[in-house]
Parts: sequence; structure tokens; C-alpha cells
Amino acid sequence: MPRELLEGNVAMAEAAIRAGVQAYFGYPITPQTELLEWMSKRMPELGRVFLQAESEVAAINMVYGAACTGARVMSSSSSPGVSLMMEGVSYIAGTELPVVLIDVMRGGPGLGNIAPAQADYNQIVHGGGHGDYYPIVLAPSSVQEAIDFTVLAFDLAEKYRAITFVLADGNIGQMMEPAELPPMRSLERKLPDWSVTGAIGREKRILSSIYIKAEEEEVTNLRLLERWNVIKANEVRYKGYYLDDAEIVVIGFGTAGRVAFSAVRAARAEGIPVGLLRPITLCPFPAEQVARLARQAQSILVVEMNAGQMLEDVIRYAGGYAPVRFFGRMGGVVPFQDEILDEIQQLAKEAPKPDSDPRQRWIQHMKKILN
Amino acid sequence: MDSSVQIVYSRPKSLTDIATSYCPGCTHGVAHRLVAEVMDELGIREQTIGVAPVGCSVFAYNFFNCDFVEAAHGRAPAMATGVKRVLPERIVFTYQGDGDLASIGMSEIMHAAGRGENITVIFINNAIYGMTGGQMAPTSLPGQKTTSSPLGRDVEMAGFPLRMAEALATMQGTGYSVRRSMHDPKNIRLAKKAIRIAFETQQRGLGFSIVELLSTCPTNWGLSPQNALRYVEEQMIPVFPLGDYKVHPALQGQRN
Repeated sequence: MPRELLEGNVAMAEAAIRAGVQAYFGYPITPQTELLEWMSKRMPELGRVFLQAESEVAAINMVYGAACTGARVMSSSSSPGVSLMMEGVSYIAGTELPVVLIDVMRGGPGLGNIAPAQADYNQIVHGGGHGDYYPIVLAPSSVQEAIDFTVLAFDLAEKYRAITFVLADGNIGQMMEPAELPPMRSLERKLPDWSVTGAIGREKRILSSIYIKAEEEEVTNLRLLERWNVIKANEVRYKGYYLDDAEIVVIGFGTAGRVAFSAVRAARAEGIPVGLLRPITLCPFPAEQVARLARQAQSILVVEMNAGQMLEDVIRYAGGYAPVRFFGRMGGVVPFQDEILDEIQQLAKEAPKPDSDPRQRWIQHMKKILN
Repeated sequence: MDSSVQIVYSRPKSLTDIATSYCPGCTHGVAHRLVAEVMDELGIREQTIGVAPVGCSVFAYNFFNCDFVEAAHGRAPAMATGVKRVLPERIVFTYQGDGDLASIGMSEIMHAAGRGENITVIFINNAIYGMTGGQMAPTSLPGQKTTSSPLGRDVEMAGFPLRMAEALATMQGTGYSVRRSMHDPKNIRLAKKAIRIAFETQQRGLGFSIVELLSTCPTNWGLSPQNALRYVEEQMIPVFPLGDYKVHPALQGQRN
């Protein structure tokens, strides 16, 4: 397929279409509305289902209903709208249905703003819906990755009957880059044996997330946990750059990871032994890789566009083997490579004290910058 | 079998053998049976997908003998929309109580009707929250004592009961919106006719259809089943008048 100049939101929508999505239900919210608008044109063109719902609450429940029929279905939203979907996410997970959701994150909390951010990490990765469930979370850092991971999301969701997120931010949603879309997949597929389609010539089927007997709910929870173990063993994905001899390891995902990469390259050009680990699956997290790198490195620098969410996971997996420093722009501010290069240069001069609190140090640092 | 013995009454095929979990005197059992009989008569059991609510009838999927899915509280019309849009040839119905439909699910029901979704809604209005133990519903009557309005519903504070059959009838997308009651055999027969027309509305693609059924809750009203039926007739009907609030012209010949 030829490379085209594509906007992230449009690319994700078209990628889902190429992957065979049969129904899209969504609601406008900046900075992902272009995805909905693209679907509103293309889905009817292809005889597939599009509906602008009255709210994100309605949209996720329409997704829930359609997913029960075995159809390939998705929705998309941004942070405040994703909060509204959390009830539905829990129900979908409890019913063990394959569903793809795209979250194009923006500044918050609350209404916040429409600028890019990464502050939904905890909500998406650590379960914003109630109960024990384990989403698969993919974090693109370019329009091409947004395309590739949207397609991958459908495959993983179906393979594991798991709810799968593509966690992007407003930057990726709105940027335009050359990228290649995959060819159109056929919609023909065998319906799963749990799909609710009308009991024609067969016993009736029920799909519910209720297990009124606690003992039965526990069995379900164990099943989900065991499935999660399989996912963890098989689906961790990440990119590593200049890590073989890295003494400073920068860890960042999505746009933060991408900007950090520019800083890492600049630092290498200065001779600083720094590398980048860019998780692609935030869930399952590349924990082993972090643990291994912590034993090799002098220090770790976590770069995020939030107040330190992946930071906690990195600290946990680093297991105290390397001190962790934090660089976090918040509220929708996107960092420049120079600021990150600055941090790397400081780390090259002096590693953080092992018992220092990375977030406290960052707050002091931010106060100086903002004053 | 002796040819002089005829079976004149039996369990509808669209109901399972499982004994319902409803209270003695509760009209859910009647409503289930009416819907099941209609499904049998129209021959739609295998084409039907039901959406169960949260409320006393949360386990409706155990009692009906057709494919079913379970919705979050109030979300059944949205879930039904998802099913129907993907499987337009199937018959999709929701079965909801007054908390599910008129409180937390108000947006979903209004918009499903507004869009003219070709789904059928069976709305069980018993002016109270049954499953959670008798709290006030948006349909509770002024002065009605409930566990969350112990001094009686104060309209100054909590407003007036919501009349859903009327409200949904104002939507252009609605093809059939009526209110019936189940408090005596005559009204039960009329209720069944309305349920049948509602499903036919869907079959004929004439828009959103809803049958609001005035129902009893002896347990939480603190009344005997007999007195509960009387309460529907004497107290609820004046507040929730029975009638046809919207009937698509193409259905006119089938009124009543």
C-alpha cells in the first residue's frame, strides 16, 4: 500500500475499517472528533454500522450490545468521555467480550483542556472500571504506530476475549505524518460460539456479567487472572534504543517517548551513554525489561506527560537497583527535547541519591522553572 | 391419549421451566407470561434477543427461553440499539422497571425513542424500587411513603411522578406508546393485545414501541396482593391514566 499523509485520528479510523470493524458508536469530543467524523462517512459507504450516540455512556453500552452478537466493534473518546465509559468497560470485561477502545488523552483532571496529555495512564492501565479486570493497552507514538496498533488491538481483543485500548494523546490524534494503511480485510469470519444472535435451531445463549453466587464469581475472577498470565507471557511489546551500553535509561511512552528519543539521540551525539526504553504495551508492562535495565544502569529517567503515573510502575519494577528521576509536564503541556536533554545531562554529571523522592524533586524543579 | 382430553392451557414455549424468583402477588410473573405468549403466537422466539435490566427482573434471562443479554442499570435501550443495528432482522426487546427506565436510564430511553430505534420496550411501572428494598422511584406517587421518602414523597423537594408513555409519545421516532394495567383479568387481556401490537410495530419497522404496564409491588408497598391490585386501580390509574398515547397510522386498524 502507498504511503499517504494522514492525520492520526483519521488513520486510526481507517485502520480499524481495514481491520474489519463492523460497528462504530461514538460521541464527539476534542481532540478525537475527526475519528468519529471519518467513521460517519466511511461506515455507511461500506454498508457497516455507524451511530453517533447521545453520550459516551450510551456509546459504550451500544458497543457492549453489538459486541454480544460477536461483531467486531469499537468506540473512541478522550479523557472526560472515557471516564463516562468506565462503567461499560467493567461490564464488557466481566462479560469477557472483545472490544477495542481508543483514548486520545487530553489535559485534566475534570474538563481540563484539549491539549495532549498522558494522565489517563492509571485509569486505563490500572483499571478505571470497578472490579478485577486486565485490559491490554497499546501506546503508539506515531501515526504509523497508531495504524498498526489499532489493527493489532482487534486481533488481540479477539484472541483473548479482552478489552483492548489504544492509548494515544491529542498530539498523535491531530498530527499529520506519512504512513501506510493496511489492505482491506474481508468481513467474513466465523462467529464465536458464545455470540448472542437469536436462538435459531439451537439452545438459547445468555451473556451477562452477573455471577450472583460469590463462589462462581471467584471462579470467573480466577479465569480472568489466569488468562492475564497468558497475555503477560506472550504479548509484552516495547522498543529499545541504544540500551546495550546505556548507563542512563530513559523510559517514556507515546509522545513523551518520542520527544525523549530526540533528546537521547542528541545526548548520544555528545557522548553520553544513554538509551531509551519505549513501552508499547503499557499493559502488560515490560516489567522484566525494566528490572533488567535497572541492574545495568546508574540511573533511570522517567519522562511522562502527567504527574507521575508510569513512574510508580517503573519504581516498583526497578526494585531499588537504580535510582529513578522524574520529568513530567502536566496539564496538557508537551515537553521539548531540550528540557529532556537538560535532565539527561544533569544525570550524566550526578546520579540521583538512592532514597530521594523523584516527584518531590520534580515539584521543586518545576517551581523554579515556572518562576 | 384419550381424544376427549384437550390441552387448553400450558406454559408458553418462550418461557423456561425455571420457577421465577418474584414475590407472591407480583405482576412481573403476569408480564413475563404475556410477553412469552406473544412471542409464541408471532413465532419469533428464535429470532428474539432480550435485554435484561437491573431490578427485580435482573434474572429475566433465566425465565425467558430466548437469547438474552444483561445490561447495566438503565442502559438496556443503548445495548438494544447496539444489537439491533448490527442484527436488524432480529426482534430485540428490553424489559425494564421504573428505576431502570425513568431514572438512571432516562437519557437512553429518550434517545432510543428519538432515533426511532425499531426495538420494543416492556416498561414495568410499580412506583417504587423493588430489588433494593422499596426506595422512592421517579414514578412514586405524591405522598407515597418509601424507605427513602419516609414522610411521604414531598413534591416540593422531589417533584412529581414522571409519565413516560406520554413523554415518549411526543417523539417522532415512536411508533407505539401506550399504557396498560395488570390489575384484573380484563386489563391483563388488554395488556397482552398491546404487547402484541408493540412487537408487530417492530416487525413492520414502524419505529420505537413501548408498553407501560402498571404493576404491583405488594412487598414494598406493605400491602396484601389483593390490596396491591386495588392500589393500582384506585391510586395509580388516576396519576398514570391508561390509554394510547401514540399509535402509528399503519397500526390504526389494530387498536385494542
